[in-house]
Amino acid sequence: MSRALISVPPKAKKGEVVQIKALIQHVMETGFRPNSSGVLLPRDIITSFKCLYNGTEVFACEMFPAMAANPFLTFHTLATESGTLEFQWTGDNGFSVKESAKIQVE
Amino acid sequence: MRRRPRGFLAALVVAATAGAALAQAPPGERRTGYELLGPTTKAMQDDDMANPGMLWVLDGEALWARPAGSAGKACAGCHGDAAESMKGVAARYPAFDDKAGRPIDLEQRINQCRVDRQEAPALARESRELNALTVFIARQSRSLPIEDVVAKDERLKPFLEAGKALFERRQGQLNLSCAQCHEELWDKHLAGNTISQAHPTGYPQYRLEWQTLGSLQRRLRNCLIGLRAETYAYGAPEYVDLALYLMWRARGLPIEAPAVRP
Repeated sequence: MSRALISVPPKAKKGEVVQIKALIQHVMETGFRPNSSGVLLPRDIITSFKCLYNGTEVFACEMFPAMAANPFLTFHTLATESGTLEFQWTGDNGFSVKESAKIQVE
Repeated sequence: MRRRPRGFLAALVVAATAGAALAQAPPGERRTGYELLGPTTKAMQDDDMANPGMLWVLDGEALWARPAGSAGKACAGCHGDAAESMKGVAARYPAFDDKAGRPIDLEQRINQCRVDRQEAPALARESRELNALTVFIARQSRSLPIEDVVAKDERLKPFLEAGKALFERRQGQLNLSCAQCHEELWDKHLAGNTISQAHPTGYPQYRLEWQTLGSLQRRLRNCLIGLRAETYAYGAPEYVDLALYLMWRARGLPIEAPAVRP
């Protein structure tokens, strides 16, 4: 299981810009590196990430082999209403991790 | 008259300084690797939500509570809450072990517990599980000062001396000792990195170069490869002696595991 660390402010004022941080454990094997016997290690990366705020996509990105292991993303969104932020990572070999965090908007 | 080549004088100066005793930084001038970091790496280490080492701490926390081996015991079964029982432990390792008759490091201690009490196979060095458990335990000592273990246990003395001798011995094709860089040239640059004083305050640590978490022995191995010297097998007594000397040298500095380093 891949571990993920999510940072969302638990409380925010309506209309406030909030910072969201998402860190996940993943080797991000590029597919270009040979192992000790000279055989290429197969590519194993996260290919996409998205963040849904009460079901609406507020941030999404694609990832490529040049990204470092354990990708760490920081982005901002507008606090509009109380609810749940959902985070989804998908990648090679059926990699799929979902996390969620609550935010209270006053 | 033929002029001596310019380099001659420089070579003499180098020879003279190399011959002189390499002084250890006095306590007031000790710097952890953290102090030599750039602001972005510092910020990464300081924020538990951005420090990738914390992913392994979470792994370790899960392993701590999970029963293992034919005894069916979890670490938590005997040691309870790690925040209580493991507080300060990493600040006093390597420690003398009666059974081994010599100092052992934290990883060896964990494996001893696994084999003897949990009746489970020892975890491989640098495996994700062993690093995770070690960093989880080390995390419980965060910001506590490294203890002077040798002052409390006389039996460690010969091993400390052995570690010191290793630290000061020239080795490898580059014919350099650890002390030459880490006592004399700290704060200077080696390629893009600042040379540290080699205080092992944050192990196991996340190295951006490794893109993963690694132990002090892996780091020592890196340095030996840099010197083009022979490396030891993981878990070798030489590494533990060296670790003991480095911890003694860093006594009083705070534990910061999991540290983030370039």
